[in-house]
Formats: sequence, C-alpha cells, structure tokens
Amino acid sequence: MSITVSNISKSYKTVKALQHISFNVKEGELFGLIGPDGAGKTTLFRILTTLLIADEGTATVTGFEVVSEYKQIRNSVGYMPGKFSLYQDLTVEENLEFFATIFGTTIEENYDLIKDIYVQIAPFKDRRAGKLSGGMKQKLALCCALIHKPKVLFLDEPTTGVDPVSRKEFWEMLKRLQQKGITILVSTPYMDEAALCDRIALIQDGKILEIDTPNAIIKHYPKQIYNVRANNMYQLITSLNAYEHSHSVYPFGEYVHYTDKRTDFSPEDLLRYLESRKLSEIEIEKTQTTIEDTFMELAK
Amino acid sequence: MKRFIGFIKKEYYHIFRDKRSLFILFGMPIAQIMLFGFAITNEINNVDIAILDHSKDVDTKEIIHKISASKYFSIDQLIEKESDIETIFKKGKVKAVLNFEKDFGKNLIKDGEATIQIITDATDPNTANTISNYVNAILAQYQKELNKDVTIAYQITPRTRMVYNPELKSVYMFVPGVMTIILMLVSAMMTSISITREKELGTMEILLVSPLKPFQVIVGKVFPYIFLSIINAVVIVLLSIFIFKMPVQGSLFLLALESILFIISALALGILISTISATQQTAMMISLMGLMLPVILLSGFIFPISSMPLPLQLISNIIPAKWFIIIIKGIMLKGVGFQFIWKETLILVGMTVFFIGLSVKKYKIRLE
Repeated sequence: MSITVSNISKSYKTVKALQHISFNVKEGELFGLIGPDGAGKTTLFRILTTLLIADEGTATVTGFEVVSEYKQIRNSVGYMPGKFSLYQDLTVEENLEFFATIFGTTIEENYDLIKDIYVQIAPFKDRRAGKLSGGMKQKLALCCALIHKPKVLFLDEPTTGVDPVSRKEFWEMLKRLQQKGITILVSTPYMDEAALCDRIALIQDGKILEIDTPNAIIKHYPKQIYNVRANNMYQLITSLNAYEHSHSVYPFGEYVHYTDKRTDFSPEDLLRYLESRKLSEIEIEKTQTTIEDTFMELAK
Repeated sequence: MKRFIGFIKKEYYHIFRDKRSLFILFGMPIAQIMLFGFAITNEINNVDIAILDHSKDVDTKEIIHKISASKYFSIDQLIEKESDIETIFKKGKVKAVLNFEKDFGKNLIKDGEATIQIITDATDPNTANTISNYVNAILAQYQKELNKDVTIAYQITPRTRMVYNPELKSVYMFVPGVMTIILMLVSAMMTSISITREKELGTMEILLVSPLKPFQVIVGKVFPYIFLSIINAVVIVLLSIFIFKMPVQGSLFLLALESILFIISALALGILISTISATQQTAMMISLMGLMLPVILLSGFIFPISSMPLPLQLISNIIPAKWFIIIIKGIMLKGVGFQFIWKETLILVGMTVFFIGLSVKKYKIRLE
C-alpha cells in the first residue's frame, strides 16, 4: 500500500472538516478524491503531506507514519497545493532549478520524468512565473513537484481554473506519470475528471460517500436517467419537481437529468404531463449515468 | 550546503527583483540621515536675547561681549527693569533674557561667586534648553579664563553632553539613532515580511514539504539581510563622516562587530515576529508599532531616558536599541574601548540568544 488512511478525523474550531475517513491507495494507482469545495479534500492532503496533525486516526505514506516519521515523507513525496504556490518573481527555469536544488537533485538528473511537460513550457522558460497563463502555471507547478522523482504525488485540485484543453492535457500527463510507477492522489471538484482515475472516493462534508472504480460507482446507480429538454428550462425544472412521481431533477448542461420513482416508468406519461404544463419542444430520452449523478444521489 | 546556497540564491532574486523594496532598503538610510542631519536640528543660530544688567561692571561687560560675539546669539536690546522682562517675552522676538544681579563683579571677586539668571521662553522647550546650555557654556568658558591664574584647578562643565559634542551638533546625536533605526527596520521588518510572504503566497507549504530543515530556511532568509544591513551601516557611517564631518573617535572594527551583533538580534526579532503573524501586513504592523515606535521613543534616541517617568525608564531596558545606542554613542562620540561597553554588549548578546532560542522554538514545522 502506498497510502493508508484509517479513521482520520480533523476539526477546526466549530467545523468538522474530516470525520472518520479511511481508505487505501495501492502502489502505482491514480486515485481521485472527488467532492465539492469545502468537502475536506485540502485538509486531508495537508494531513497526508505532514502539514497538519489529525485529531484522531492514523495514516501512512510510503510506509511512513505521517506524524512521527514526517521527515522521511517530506523527502519522498511531491506536493502541489491547490493555490498556485511558486515564486512569481522567479522565472520558469529559476523556479524549477530552485526546487531541484532544495531536494538535492538537478534538472538534468530527472529530466526524462518532466520532459513531456517541460517541453510545453520551455519556450517561456525566461518568463516570470507570475506572468504565465493558468494552464502554464499548473504545468510548471507539476514539473516542480516532480523534479525530485517522488514516489507519491499529491495534487490538490490541479485543474481548477484551467481551460478545458489544458485540463485534458494535464490528465494525459498524469496517466503517463502513472505508467512510470508514481502513485498519484489527486483531488478535483470536476466530476468529468473522476472517470479518468483508477479508483475514486466521493467525499462530502468531511465524510466519504463511496469508494470504488468509476465504472462500478456508475453501475451502482439504481435508476435509469432520462435527458429531458423543453422550450423553457426554468418552467421545466419547476414542473418536474412538482411531478408526483419525480425522484430527482438536476439541470445538466442543456438537459435536465430526471429519474422517476416508479419502476415501470414510461416517458409518454411524462410527456403528457409536461404538455399539460404548457411546455413545448419536449424531448425525453434515456442517457448514461455519470459520476455527477451518482454523487448527487449519494449526497442527497 | 548546496541546498542552502540554492536557497540564498533565490532570496537574492527576491530582493533584487523587488525594485520598490530595494529602493526603500537603500534609499531610506540616505534619506533619513539627510533629514535628521539637515532638517531636524536642535542647533540655534543668531537667537535674539535681551540683557538686564543691574551691575554694569567689567565682568558683566566682558560676558555680554562674549555672548554677542558668538554666532549663536545676537543682543536685541538692553532693558532696565524687571517688569520689562514679561513685556519683551510677550512680543515673542526675544527668546531669552540674561539678568545679572546687582554688584555682579564685586561678588565674584569677594565671594568667588556671582549669580546670573537665564530666563528663557519655554514655549519651545527644546530651544529653551539649548539656549540655556549655550549660555552656560559661554559662562563656563569665561569662568575658566578667570580661574586661569588661580590654583583651584577644578572646573565642572554644566552639561556632560557638551564635552563630547562641544558645538552641540545635533547630527552627531542623530547618527547613532538613525543607524539603530535603519538596522532595526531593515533587519527585523524585512525578514519578518519575507518569511510571512512565503506563508501568504503558499510557498511555505511547499518548503515545509521538502527536506529543507527549519534551520536552513531561517538562516537562508536571514543571511542576505545581514549582508544588506552591513552595507547600510557602512553607508550611514560613511555619510556621517564625509558629509557631516562627524569624527568617529573609537575603533571602527569594534563598531563593526557591535553593529553585526545588533543586526543579528534585530534579525532574530524579525523571525520571532514572522512566527506569530500570518500575513505580510500583520508582520509590517507589528514591526512598525512594536519595534519602530519603542526604538524612536524609548531608546534614548530623541528623548533622554533620564527624563522619562520611572515606568518608561524600566521599559526602556528591554529595548535592544537602547543598549546599542549607548554602545555606538560610546564608540563614535566618546571613542571608548570595549572595557567601557562590555556590560551593554553582554546584555545585547543575552537578548539575541533569547530571541533566537525563542524563534527556533516557535518555528512551526507544520501549518498550524
């Protein structure tokens, strides 16, 4: 096991940030912590990176205990905090060089590890880090977290505030790093990214809702989801909510994800109901369950 | 060691790329010295005074002559009776009246003692004080001349201050104070800000999750500022020697060593401040309110400690700047050697050790 977390709890004054969290991450696994802002993801990262001490429970990273053996952990993990945390007044190259030096290595020594990522920011290597775009910043931060060839990589919301194209690229990089044997624990509020992980933990209000592979989590979803669309979105949502058989109604892009309480649900019934509510251009069709649907269902 | 050098290199980038701070860092000492040296001055020139001479003998004439011959005073008028004194003060032009007693010269010869009353307009207490000091100095000078042939060799000057600064040049008083302030500001404020900046930007989080030891982080932070502070100290001393022609009486080597000691104690204070403040702003406020004000007000830099109320006098003892000012005044103005300032030095060493111990103990290896 690369990371073990057992029964971790942590409170700030009045807020219970984490409540009895337990999970394990296997070696070489890409593990995702999926949850909204304020779910406790960052607190968990800080406990695992030895920055905070949990009120309760124990955790180990690469076999070392996070409190008593914090020094060994600090030597062997890479950490990329949620907030951009590089020196804005240093250039790309200087940042990288600094982090290489303080970990007692050089850029050349581990260049092969960061090569794929670094070539993308290399054209800007003399630019100050503060002047980079959001995606570039994250790539540089990832390079800096990787430069000492860590065994475990902690990435706290690495794609927040990054454009969709860069996000996609970023995840491709993570996949490649994983193939090089690095265990990765990544958190994200984006449900679509969850599907890219080997296993995910859905977390909300400091509690883990479910841990499994993305596919298994989707399969556990008990109901068939329908995409519903009509000429008036607002009217549609209020009507669906008012429908006596409705189980869940969530806006999802241009559609509304709808599930019904009945097992013998027929879309025609719903169509008739919606027409009676003076909605037109109505579309109702079956759709695939997503992680987001599962999350909403679990978080209900 | 390589890590340490890498860290210091990074600190130099921070300092030299932040043009505004750099300007403050090196512009401030020069500006302060110039300000205190030229603008804020306790010196007096051509102050109008009046004379009320009840005696009108050789001695009083001689004294009046000496006073009017000095560049500090010009005699505005001679008055005849005591009641004129108040009216003349009310007009505001005359700042002081010298009142010679009746039979001044006779008394001086007969009893070896004569009285002169110096009445000053104390609406401006500093000037009043200075005027009375100047007059005293002139009187003492005259007394000395009188005593030339007499065997009573003893002559006590009224104010010790004048022994070391006979021309009462205020810049001589200010240089040690300004040097103390600058060193305190650069060392304590800049280090505390630079450590809290890492916290604020979140880079502290990464530094903590790295093999860097707390000791390396602290020393790495402090090291560049020791260097900058020394440059500042040198600039101040050079300015005061070459622009204000201030004589440095004592050993420059001793001055340098004592300055480095003070710089280290200020840096330790800076680290201590950074451990208790989370943002750069807090650090700056604590440095300004908690360090600058006491340094300016309670260190004896502007206001003499001996004239403070007792509680403040006691508080002034815990301010490192007080001891440093005593030390550098001793070295620069009196030219004393180590044997005269070892006590103050020891106190400063003790404080430094205490601050360093406390900040190492308080340095957080985690986030909270």
